[in-house]
Order: sequence, then structure tokens, then C-alpha cells
Amino acid sequence: MTYMTEIFKIIMLVLLIVCAVSVNLTRGLLKAVIIFMSYSSIMCVLWVLMESPDLAITEAAVGAGVSGILFMATLKKIDAEKEDAREEETEDGRERT
Amino acid sequence: MRKRFKKWVMGRTDVMDRILDDASEIYDQPRETIKKQRMELVREMEERPGYERTLETEQKGFYLIYHIVAVISCILLIGVLLYTVAMLPRYGEENVRADEVVERYVERGLEETGAVNIVSGMILDYRAFDTLGESHVLFTALICVMILLRVDHKNMRSEYEDYYTVLSDRYYSLERDTIIRTMGKILLPCIFVYGIYILLNGQNSPGGGFSGGAVMGTGLIITAAAFGFDRVDSFLPLRVSMWMTFLSLMFYSFAKGYVFFTGANGLENHIPKGVPGAILSGGLILPLDIAVGLVVAGTMFGFYSLIRRGNIGGA
Repeated sequence: MTYMTEIFKIIMLVLLIVCAVSVNLTRGLLKAVIIFMSYSSIMCVLWVLMESPDLAITEAAVGAGVSGILFMATLKKIDAEKEDAREEETEDGRERT
Repeated sequence: MRKRFKKWVMGRTDVMDRILDDASEIYDQPRETIKKQRMELVREMEERPGYERTLETEQKGFYLIYHIVAVISCILLIGVLLYTVAMLPRYGEENVRADEVVERYVERGLEETGAVNIVSGMILDYRAFDTLGESHVLFTALICVMILLRVDHKNMRSEYEDYYTVLSDRYYSLERDTIIRTMGKILLPCIFVYGIYILLNGQNSPGGGFSGGAVMGTGLIITAAAFGFDRVDSFLPLRVSMWMTFLSLMFYSFAKGYVFFTGANGLENHIPKGVPGAILSGGLILPLDIAVGLVVAGTMFGFYSLIRRGNIGGA
């Protein structure tokens, strides 16, 4: 049984590294936020495996929940989903060239 | 290059002058002045043909140094962190470094704090001063975000501009989405009950103030997203949330101040410890958990509300 746990732990660690690297390499900001949230979820599972459930609860609530929501609200605010958002930015009273 | 570096270290010139974007300085001035400055820059470039090229080479040199320094500092940081990890005791090892502090926490923690969950006993009893600082950091962060993002009649611009900044977010509100409403109806009671359970049971099982507060804050955010901000405003207006946060921090400060005062002067502490394992146990841990949880929940919802509509609660 411990054998299985070790294999599971290694798979999770590899996924963690993949997530951490791909956050940097992703172009879209929304995709990066979603990958970051999945990173937090994997970290949450790892905290449980390392027998620190206190941290796991906090990681799940803050890392995968609240910070992701705040990032998405900010992206909504700065219109980051639109590809051509930069060209429409002239409405805030300043000329940008 | 060396001379320039020396000058920069002495603070006489700025190496990044004109290389980095100094837009803020320009945009603070009236539009006429900006135009005049731009015209001058263009004339300067026209008069001296090499000007643009030197600017480009300088920029390239700066970015080269920037990249090299970034890579070196990254490698150094990775080395330091790996070295520290190598010095940690192996996971699950017996007889780790017999530290006085660790030994005392493990052996006498239950007796001294009355908390079955020794992590709660540590962060809210032995090291309660750290947690007090953390709560104040959150409160200060909320105030800073409020300074930056709050929209009221004093700093509102014309209606046309606010349509694109504040009101557009209201237009994209999720209230009419059937999926979110239905899931909210099913999940919200469970989320709130779970948050309150974590909060109240912090001294007996994993959890405590911060995690419980975060779960409850997420519940508040989902309420606002699914049923609109008016629903949250009906039980958590701005005045209530501010007073709630303020009173929690005041209670925390005074309660811990009493404990610190009696402890430092060797006086008897009159707070009952209770039976370990019961809800009302652990001395001050339960009330402090509730205080921290209220602060965290208020802060989390406050961030979301300020970003979405520039206000916490309907005035």
C-alpha cells in the first residue's frame, strides 16, 4: 500500500512541476490563471499526503478558490480576454500612441 | 560603462533614463506640454541621425545585462533553496534534532494550551503574536485596496466614463445564469456550514481561523456572484463589515494583551482551559479563531467586491 502511495506522490510531483513551468509558458492570461489554480489543487493533495491537513484546507480555499476568483475578476476588469483590448483602451480619457 | 555605473551608484544619473517607460511622469502633465515634449524629441532625432541608433544600442545592452543578472539570481536562489531543503530532516524520520522548543510543543502542548490540534495551539497560543500581525496585514491590505479601487460620489468621473469602468461589470453580472444560481442554491448552505465547522472546531481538528474564514469568504463571493450583491448587502452592509473587522482585531489585541501581561509578570491567568476535545476548550483559542475568521472572511469578500464594483456594501 505504501508502494502505491509513493508512486502516486511521484506522479503528483511531476504534475506539479509541469503546471509550474506551463504557467510561465502559456500565452493567454485566463489559461495561466486556470493552470495556477490546478497547481494549487495538486499542492493541496500533496499537503494531505504529507499529513498536514491544516495547510491543505487553507491551500484549497485560498490558492484554488479565492486567489483564482480575484485573478479572474481582475482580468475581467482590464478586459484581458479580448485579443484586441489594447486598441479599445482609448476610452479612459488619454491618448495612447 | 564603468563610469556610468559608478555615477549611477553615487546617485548622480539614472541609467534607465529614457530606456524604461516613464509614462506616469508624462501623463501627469497637461496635454499641450506632452505634445511639446514629443515634438522636441522628434526634432532632436531629426537633427542628430545617430540619436535613435544610440538609444537602441543602449537599450540592447541594458536588456543583455538584465537577462544575465536575472539568470544568475535565479540560479543562486535555486541553489540556496535546494541547500536548505537538503538540511531539513528526512520525512518521517525518528529522533530528529532534539530541539528544546519542538520537544516542549509535542510533550506539554496539550497540557499548556488545552488544544488537541497542536497546530492550532501553536499558532494561536504559543505564537499568537504572529497571527495578530497577520490579521493586521490583511486589514491593512484591505484598506489599501479600498484607497485604490473605491468608487463613490467624490471620485466619480463623468457618467460616460463610468459606464466603461464600473457599470460595465454590472452589465456582465452572472445573476441570470441558471447553472450558477442552481449550484449556488445547493452548495451554499454546505459551504457555510463547513466554514463554520472548521472555524469552531479549530482546536480539536485540522482547520482554524484562517481556513474557516477563507471558506466563509468564498461562500460570500459565490453568494454575490449567484444572487447579486444586493443579497449580500442585506446582511453585510459596509458599516457592519467594517465594525466587524475592527471589533475582531480589537478583541484579539486586548485578549492577547491580557495574556501577555499576566504571563510576563508571573500572574495567574483566569481563563479556563476546559476539557480537551470539547468545543469549549483551549482557553482563548476558540474566541481568537472566531476573530481571525471574521477578519479573513470580511477581507476576502471585500477584495472581490472592491474589484467588481468599487465598493463594499451599499454605503
